[in-house]
Amino acid sequence: MNPRILAVTVARILRQLRHDRRTIALLVAVPTVLLTLVYYMYVDQPAVPGQPSAFDRIALVMLGFFPFIVMFLVTSIAMLRERTTGTLERLLTTPLAKTDLLFGYGIAFGLAGALQAAIAAAVAYWVFGLHTAGSSGLVIMIAALNAVLAVALGLLCSAFARTEFQAVQFMPVVVAPQLLLCGLFVPRDQMAGWLQAISDALPLTYAVEALQEVGARAEPTGTMWRDVAIVAGATVLALVLAAATLRRRSG
Amino acid sequence: MEDAIAVRGLVVDRGGRRVLDGIDATVPRGSVTGLLGPSGSGKTTLMRAIVGVQVITAGTVTVLGAPAGSAQLRHRVGYLTQAPSVYADLTVRENVRYFAALHGRGRAEADRAMTDVGLASAAGQLVGTLSGGQRSRASLACALVGEPELVVLDEPTVGQDPVLRADLWARFHELAAAGTALLVSSHVMDEAARCDRLLLIREGRLIADDTPAAVRAAAGVDDLDEAFLRLIRAGEAGGPAGSAAGEA
Repeated sequence: MNPRILAVTVARILRQLRHDRRTIALLVAVPTVLLTLVYYMYVDQPAVPGQPSAFDRIALVMLGFFPFIVMFLVTSIAMLRERTTGTLERLLTTPLAKTDLLFGYGIAFGLAGALQAAIAAAVAYWVFGLHTAGSSGLVIMIAALNAVLAVALGLLCSAFARTEFQAVQFMPVVVAPQLLLCGLFVPRDQMAGWLQAISDALPLTYAVEALQEVGARAEPTGTMWRDVAIVAGATVLALVLAAATLRRRSG
Repeated sequence: MEDAIAVRGLVVDRGGRRVLDGIDATVPRGSVTGLLGPSGSGKTTLMRAIVGVQVITAGTVTVLGAPAGSAQLRHRVGYLTQAPSVYADLTVRENVRYFAALHGRGRAEADRAMTDVGLASAAGQLVGTLSGGQRSRASLACALVGEPELVVLDEPTVGQDPVLRADLWARFHELAAAGTALLVSSHVMDEAARCDRLLLIREGRLIADDTPAAVRAAAGVDDLDEAFLRLIRAGEAGGPAGSAAGEA
């Protein structure tokens, strides 16, 4: 890896994003619209005393979902575009290392995801009165980490897609099970054993648990830091696998 | 001085089909070598093998003294793919500066490369809004900007008007005069006459490796188009087509 090449690659990816105004508008606006929907869905639900309100519970986890879903899709398509337009083949004949490209995407879209999370969190806290016991900075940090995890998974999955049609099919395959089993819809300790085992193996589970820890406790807990480390570890693993599946030579 | 490219017994299979079948060829430094052949003859596959992105079945490809695709060559080889491989959502300048930076070059080299391909006036335009010919010149600028010792260009002049084509060929010869080796594929025979040497391939085999004058002499005609047709027919008949047509 070469720091100068990594830096110019991050700048190049962010420049591409900057030229795409509509994508930026969607990145910023869609979480706000969805948070509004969730707010009005639950605004009249009676709160159970001593428990967080339904909005607090769901909005907190949603702040982690947005960058995860969006950055997974954006990365899958961006990487597939590199393959189909021939820029990837050309890049691989230049001094750029494979890790320069993969970490370049991780950093650039991680930053975009962090920005999205920060804006969504600002709306959730200031407009809709989201309440968490812990700090909003930790919420944004975990959401940004989710974005980088999604980029890494997107880079890995794009190696197995030959067309855009295939690439978008990986979204229900990779993202949906993690959303369903993360513990938001059914608490994990109430799931059947085999579902819990699957849930244990999915990285988003730990991101959601970390967010719930921030929601419930004023100070960062050991569980939260362990969960953050697991998500970071899964991210590095996915990036290493993505580098291993990216071949300079093809048939 | 050693050759820029030395290909020995190169065999490549793609999708269960033999695309290159025992190619032996050399490309000297400081000259423009034309790679000619009908579409589907294996030109692009040979170029991919030379830049080291093609899985090969047998044989060796040596580029600037090192095995094709080795890490040290990535600073020294420039590759233009057949389809323009530039970022449509960046401007010409942003594209060329990015590829310049990958090769450790700066803005001055990027400006020079854009001027060389006649895109200085379109530097601020998004590549996605360019015409097909402009887009492939933007791609060419990205291949030349690293000032490589070997330039491999897959059909660089397709879709260019005659004046621009003449300018580009003049630039290629300037680079060759400065010591660069150029391998340029084309299926337009009037471009063959502009090359210092010619490699003609057909169905994965090399059927000629010589200067344009020698190819003409071997076929016994003045017109290169006609000369190639004769070499191809002679090859099909299984007979020798003269001294220029090696049994590669």
